[in-house]
Formats: sequence, C-alpha cells, structure tokens
Amino acid sequence: MSIKRRTFIQAAGAGLAAGTLPLLGRKARAADFKAGYIYVGPIGDFGWSYQHDQGRLAADKALGTTSTYVEKVPEGADAERVIRELADTGHGIIFTTSFGFMDATLKVARDYPDVKFEHATGYKRADNVATYNIRFYEGRYIQGVIAAKMSKAGVVGYIGSIPIPEVIMGMNAFILGMRSINPQAKLKQVFINSWYDPGKEADAAKALLDQGADLMAQHTDSPAPLQVAADRGLKGFGQASDMIKFAPNAQLTSSIDHWDGYYTERVKAAMDGTWKSEDVWKGLDTGMLKMAEYANMPDDVKKLAMDTEEAIKTGKLAIFKGPINAQDGSVKVADGTTLGDGDIAGMNWLAEGVEGDLPK
Amino acid sequence: MRLEIIPRGARSQVWTYASPLLAIALTLATTLIIFLLLGKEPLEALRVMWIDPLLTKRGFSELFVKAAPLIMIGVGLSLGFRANIWNIGAEGQYVMGAIFATGVALYFYDVESFPIWLLMIPAGILGGMFWGAIPALLKTRFNASEILTSLMLTYVAKLVLLYLVVGPWKDPDGYGFPQSRLLTSAASSPHLIPGTRIHVGVVAALIVVAIGWFLLSKSLLGFKLKVAGQAPRAAAYAGFSTKSLTWLSLLVGGGLAGLAGMFEIAGPIGQLTPALPTGYGFTAIIVAFLGRLHPVGVLFGGLVLALSYLGGEKAQIALGLPAAVTMINQGILLFYLLACDLLIRYRISLPTRKVA
Amino acid sequence: MDSVVFTSVVLSIISASTPLLLAATGELVTEKSGVLNLGVEGMMLVGAVVGFAVTLTTGNAFIGILAAALGGALMALIFSVLTLTLLANQVATGLALTIFGIGLAAMMGASFVGQPVGKLPALDLPYLTDLPLIGRILFGQDGLVYFSFIALGGTIWFLFHSHAGLVLRAVGDSHDAAHAIGYPVIAIRYGATLFGGAMSGLGGAYLSLSYTPMWAEDMTAGRGWIALALVVFATWRPLRLLLGAYLFGGITILQFHVQTLGLGIPAQMVSMLPYLATIVVLVVISTDRSKIRLNAPACLGRPFHVSG
Repeated sequence: MSIKRRTFIQAAGAGLAAGTLPLLGRKARAADFKAGYIYVGPIGDFGWSYQHDQGRLAADKALGTTSTYVEKVPEGADAERVIRELADTGHGIIFTTSFGFMDATLKVARDYPDVKFEHATGYKRADNVATYNIRFYEGRYIQGVIAAKMSKAGVVGYIGSIPIPEVIMGMNAFILGMRSINPQAKLKQVFINSWYDPGKEADAAKALLDQGADLMAQHTDSPAPLQVAADRGLKGFGQASDMIKFAPNAQLTSSIDHWDGYYTERVKAAMDGTWKSEDVWKGLDTGMLKMAEYANMPDDVKKLAMDTEEAIKTGKLAIFKGPINAQDGSVKVADGTTLGDGDIAGMNWLAEGVEGDLPK
Repeated sequence: MRLEIIPRGARSQVWTYASPLLAIALTLATTLIIFLLLGKEPLEALRVMWIDPLLTKRGFSELFVKAAPLIMIGVGLSLGFRANIWNIGAEGQYVMGAIFATGVALYFYDVESFPIWLLMIPAGILGGMFWGAIPALLKTRFNASEILTSLMLTYVAKLVLLYLVVGPWKDPDGYGFPQSRLLTSAASSPHLIPGTRIHVGVVAALIVVAIGWFLLSKSLLGFKLKVAGQAPRAAAYAGFSTKSLTWLSLLVGGGLAGLAGMFEIAGPIGQLTPALPTGYGFTAIIVAFLGRLHPVGVLFGGLVLALSYLGGEKAQIALGLPAAVTMINQGILLFYLLACDLLIRYRISLPTRKVA
Repeated sequence: MDSVVFTSVVLSIISASTPLLLAATGELVTEKSGVLNLGVEGMMLVGAVVGFAVTLTTGNAFIGILAAALGGALMALIFSVLTLTLLANQVATGLALTIFGIGLAAMMGASFVGQPVGKLPALDLPYLTDLPLIGRILFGQDGLVYFSFIALGGTIWFLFHSHAGLVLRAVGDSHDAAHAIGYPVIAIRYGATLFGGAMSGLGGAYLSLSYTPMWAEDMTAGRGWIALALVVFATWRPLRLLLGAYLFGGITILQFHVQTLGLGIPAQMVSMLPYLATIVVLVVISTDRSKIRLNAPACLGRPFHVSG
C-alpha cells in the first residue's frame, strides 16, 4: 500500500515537475526576452504612435515579455542611432513603426544578423527584416458604403495628410465604396501636409463642410475633424482608434489600427525561433484592422455595413476590381480585372468622383 | 533678508569657468529630486543619462555626429548675435543648404567616378547664403526685422522641401513616397573611422570652430563685430557700416547652416526627406548662447546638448522614462546655465546693514 | 457664396484667429515693456494642458480657464526670474522655456490623452443669436472669443490712455530714463511678462477647450511662433494685431477653399501664402523708418540692471 502510495506520489511529483518545469522555463525565458519599439510621434498623440504602443502593451501582457520603447524619434539621422542602441542592448526583436525608418532599419539590421527587425509600412526587406502593414483601405471602402447611405448631398469631405499611395488608395477605396451605392457620389479632398495637427485638421474640415460636403472622413490622426462634424450636427468617421468618446452622436464607425495580435505573434515567433522575414499586409480578415461599432445609423445601413465587412473578410468582395476610371475618365482598371497588390501599393492616381487635384 | 546683485568691475575669470560647473551641479541636484519623485533610482538615472552615452567608442562618436550640425550652425549664429543681428531662421537656411546640395547630387546622379560630395559643399553653402541673403536684403533695403523675416522664411523653406520631395524630386522607384532617391556613394561624404558614423562633416565642424576662433580673436572683423554689438553708435563713428555687418552676419550664418544641412544629407541621412528639419537651427541658438557667443564655447555647448539628447534616448531605453522627461531636464539645464552666467559679471552679496 | 456659408466661413476664421489674438495681445504688452519672451509656444502648451485637466477634473470650465491663465503666468514667472532678476539672455531663455514647456505639458497631460471634454458653451441669446448672417458671428461665440476682444480693447486703453500704460511704455523705450524718474523698472517688467504668460495660457486653453476640445501632445503645432510673428507684423500696435491675427486666420482657412477649387496650384505653395504675406506686409510697414521707431520698444530684449 505504502509503496503504491509513494509511487503515486512520486509519479504525481514527476508529473507535476514535467508539467511545470517547461512552463517555468518558458516564463523565465519570456521575462528575459526584450522587444524594442521606436515611434516617430509621442505616445500621447492618441493616433498612430499611441496605437502602436497599445499593441506593445498587449503583446507584453499576452506573452509576459518585457519591452522598451523610444518615442519622438525623428526620421533622419537619429533613427539609426536609436535602432542600433536597441539592438545593442539585448532586444531580440525591434519594431520600427514609421516609413521614414526604412533605410536606417536595413542598415542596422546588416550589423545584427541575430536580431529580428520589423519595419512598418515599408517595402525593403532582408533575411532579418520583415515588413508589415494594415490594409486600411478595406475599412475606407466600408466607410464609403455607409457614407453613400448617410450623406444627403452625396458629397463627403476627406482630409488627406500627404499624397502617398497609402492615402491615395484610401481615398479611392472610399469613393468606390460610395459609388457602389450612389454612382453620382463625390469626394472632396484637401491635403494638409501633416499627419497630426488638430487645429489644421479642424480648419480643413470646416472648409470642406462649407464647400458642400455633409459628412467627414479623414486620413489624419486627431479627432478634430470628427468633432467639427459633430459640432455642426453632422456625422463622420474616426481614424486609427475608436473616437466615439469624442463624438458620441456623430461617429458612424472608425477604422482601428489593431497591432496587438500581430505584435504578440511576431514576438512569440522571435522567442521560439520560428520567426521568418515576411511581407505581411493584412486587414479585416486577420483582425489587424477592426471597425469600431457601427453607430448613429439606421439598422438597414448597419446591416449593409456588416455585410460589406463580411464580404471583404471572406474575400468575396475585391475592392479594386474593374472597371475603375481615373478622375479624367481614362480607364485605370479594365472590366473583369482586379488590381494586384503591387499596383495598389504604388497607386498614384485618383479615381472618378474624387474632386481636387493630387498635389504635383 | 534680501540678496543684492552687484556688478563686478571686470568679468570674473574664476566664474567664467566655474559658472557652467555650478549650473551642472544644480541641474544634477534638481534632476535627482525629479527622479526620486518619479520613483526611479536617482543615481542610476543620472549615470544612464550623462555617463553611459560616453562609455563606448560608438557612443562617443555619436556624440560628435549629433553635435556637428549644432556646432556648425552655432558658430555662424554667434558671430551675428555679437553684432546684434538676430538671425533666428537658421533652420530654414539649413534646409535650403540641404536642398541645393541634393540638387547637385541628383543632377550628377549617374556620375560615379568623381566625388560629387565635394561639389555639394559649395552648393550647400550657397543655398544657406541665398536664404540668409533675403532677410539681409529686406533688413538693409526696407528695414524689415530680420527676426521675423528669417523665421517666416523657415516655414517657406520647409514647404519648398515638401514640394520638391512630393513633386519633381520624388524617387521614381520609391512607390510614391515623398523623398528623393538615396544619394550615391559618390555623393556621400566618406566615413572616417570604421565602425562609427564619424564623417567629413564632423571634421568640418571642428575646422569651422578653429576659423571662427581665429576670426574673432585675431582679425579686424572680430573687433568690428564686438564694437557693433556693444556700442552701435561707436561703431558708426568708427566707420563700420551696419549694413555690411548685417550682410556679413546673415551670409556667414546662413552659409554655415547650409553647410550643416549639406553634411547631414550627404552623411547620416543619405537622402532628402520631409523629416530633415528637426529643429537644429533653433537648438543652435541655445548652443550659441551656452557657448557665450564664442566658437570654442559653442563647441562645448553643442557637445553638452548633444549629450542630453543621447542621454534622453538611453533613459527611455534603460529606465522607461518618457521623452518628456528629457525635455524637462534639458529645459532645467539650460535655465541653470543661463542663470549662472550672472556670476561672471555680477556678484551676489548680502546688503550692508544700515543702522537707522 | 450664400449667407449660411458666409457665416460659417467667418466663424471658422474667428476660431482660427482667437488663439493667435489672445497670445499675441499678451506678448505685445510684454514686448512693450521691453521684454522679448520667445517662449510663447511653451506657455501656450502648458495653458492648454492645465486648462483641459482642471476643466475635466472640476467639471467647471471657468475654473479651468483661470487655471490655464495661472499656468501660463507661472511659466512666465520662471522666465522673469531668469531674465529680469538674474539677467539671463532673453532670446535663449525664451527658447529654453519652450523646450521645457513642451516637456512639462506632455508630462502633465499623459493621463489625459484620449479623454473628451465638453466644448466651451457658446452664447445663446433669444432672437439675436438666430439673426441671419451676423447672428451667430456676433452673439453666438464662447467666452474666450469675447474675452479676446475685451482684452485687446483693454490693452489699447491701458497702453495709450492710462498713466500706468504710459509708464510701461516708458520702461520699454528707455529703462534708464524710466529708472531715473523713479519708476520700478523690474517690477513693471515682471507684471508685463506675467500678463503675457497668462494670455498665452488662455490662448492654449482656447485650443484645448474650444477649437479642438481635447488634449494631445504638441497640439499648438507652432501657433506660439505665429503669435510672436504677429506682434512684429503689427509693429506693436494692438489694432493692427487684430488685423494681423484675422488676416492670418483668414488665409489659413481660405487656403483650404483654394485647394478644393482645384486651381492646379501645389498645396505647398498655397500653404506658403500666410508666411509670404507676413513678410510682404512687414516690408511695407517697415519701409517708413519713422513709423517703426515710433512704435517699437527701443529697449526690447535688453537687460536692465540698476547700476548697469
């Protein structure tokens, strides 16, 4: 009896050990593993850098890892030094979260083959440099569909930051979504030459609304345009984060940058040794892009929005599918063809229905 | 009890050197308290911020890379400030220098056999001088304040930069992103020490300090600048033309700022991007004053400020202190440095009691 | 342009101009006393965060606005102690104050990022506010907009119609002479600088409580510098300050209208307009040397010491 019992206890002890030891081991390793992040803005911008930092915190929480961030790093001579510093101080994976960090990331990566680098929104890769981005334009198509239903005038005001493909594809996706419902719909745009300047964003929003738009959309980071719309009893869309708190009666939805899952997955892969250099460009299907709750709209529009979201998620709906004409009426995507990722990523033309020139 | 501030007859030799040390001591004491309040180990925090950046070869070299543009611009500005010419638009002149230099680099994009960066040096200087010449013209011809015009032109220069990288100079293979092509190796200033980013521009900054020191202490020009700044009327009597000093100050200030812009483009940055202006032109104003408008002082001022940037990054990485703390610390350091300068020309004493 | 759009464009111009007018009015008084404080941007940011934080925690915008003025004034106090008592260089100290202010505001505001606050209530008078065309422009603004005009009017009265204002201008024009007459030069400059700080604080509070009701780091985005430029643009005349602030605000708004009209002008060129306009106006005004000399405080930026 007693032997049996001891055996049982021993077995149980062994089992316990077998169960816990790897767990303890993993925990110890996780706590030792450091991820580094560099941001171009302050984490207090409540926009781009803020969302990346939310992702960082989520990854740490999920994996028990520690992390470091450096904020307000200018995209010039300083970036290389900061990235190198992170690589030098035992960070196993480093996320460089702005386009302007691209060449600095590659330069440092050459000297640290064992460190994994992840560069957001860029296009240059190496064995230890991956790139990642979100298909923001998917959310903008849904916004366009909602806008077509909600705008009485059929004219939306759209604040652009800088005329790069990222912003241009967003405008085009928006007008395509809009025209899928209302073929006469128009999008009035201005570029404010800045990603983040609440005052300027508010000024631009007012100008667009005064020019006959009756709904606001934006590719800049502050809630200011949405607030302007709310102030005038109109509606609009948030950007980067859920901005419903700033405009409880005006935000229809918001495209939320959701880096949480991606950061968790990649940090874990770097820890486990399964990390590979990839080019990740995902959207609604992976949850990297999420839509804030559809609000302030009738149920039928809500349903339409959800159906559209579902269709994009499952791949039933291709956004840049022909026929698509440019502003001047020339055919850009022929009927029956769909634009490939390369063409989307380099988009430099505005689609029919967008008013206002592309800054040359 | 009131303290009195009494002028010394002459500048105190002792305090000329002791005042920055006192300022640094006071800064350390204040930041110590701040770190305590933030719940950080204060001595460790100070070590991370002020000593760690200097401990490695690379860290030490980075200090000079970061300081080079500040020193170059600071020397140019300090000459003008001596003559009471307030060029606060060095940021714009820096950008213009970079633009001109990039223009040359892009024009000779296919040339590989000739060191294009040598041609970019005069281009950068010219660009900065051009942008400095506008406030000089407006000041001498129309009496318009150079403080305002040079500041306004900074915004204009940044917009010209943006126009170029969004439009005509956009990298044709860059997926539409607003930046120029990467400069070729012929258009990059060579690295001098392997394993570091020390480039020709760093050496150029040191040469600028030497020339500035020579001009100021050994030449008639230095004398003119001093007189014009301290006694404008006397300068006029002596036949020094305010006009020519205005031109000189803004051309030299602009030219050096342009040179700094050129070396940043041809060195650590490697291409023209909208992120080029990071405030060096404004920081250099502080550097000029920290250096008491003397080229050798500017050298040290530039190094101290560069160290505060590097230390701030270290503090973020090692201690998780936000960037805001760095700025607060920089502010405090500057406050103390500026305040302690008082002791050079004044002494503080208890008032002598008067018996009523 | 129909009347509704006209009203709306004017309203946008007013809100773009108000923070500039508030901060610039304060700086004008500071400069008239002979002190050049380049730290407007930093003082505005501190005002913005303090105004926001206090309004949010107390639920009372009035207290928030007062606190913002106090915050700006405390920043100006740092500047005053350094430059007036300790005789530090004003240009460098002002720049340092901006660096300090950006950091301090970011630190204080860290826990307020992403929080909404109610917009400052606007005046709503029966009948008057509903008048077509001018109703909302004249009778539908919030308190800070009206205050910006009251402060400007008060400044004009103070500087040019009161004895105290005369003394302040005398101090700015010749501190040695003013001191010889027996005026307390340093005390007057302290007062003028603190007033400037308080007004910058209010300009910041207008941004975080009315213009775009929220707190975010660096939200002033360079408006402090523009306020500084306006003072010179106005050649130290308060009424021209009004013109300048509204001209600047106007161009800011109209550049977006020009852009949407699609005239094929690069956006950057349009954005340059306010700065180029300022230079042109400055040149025009400055050409008459006698006028400049009449208005510019002769001792601007120069330190004063009793026996110095």
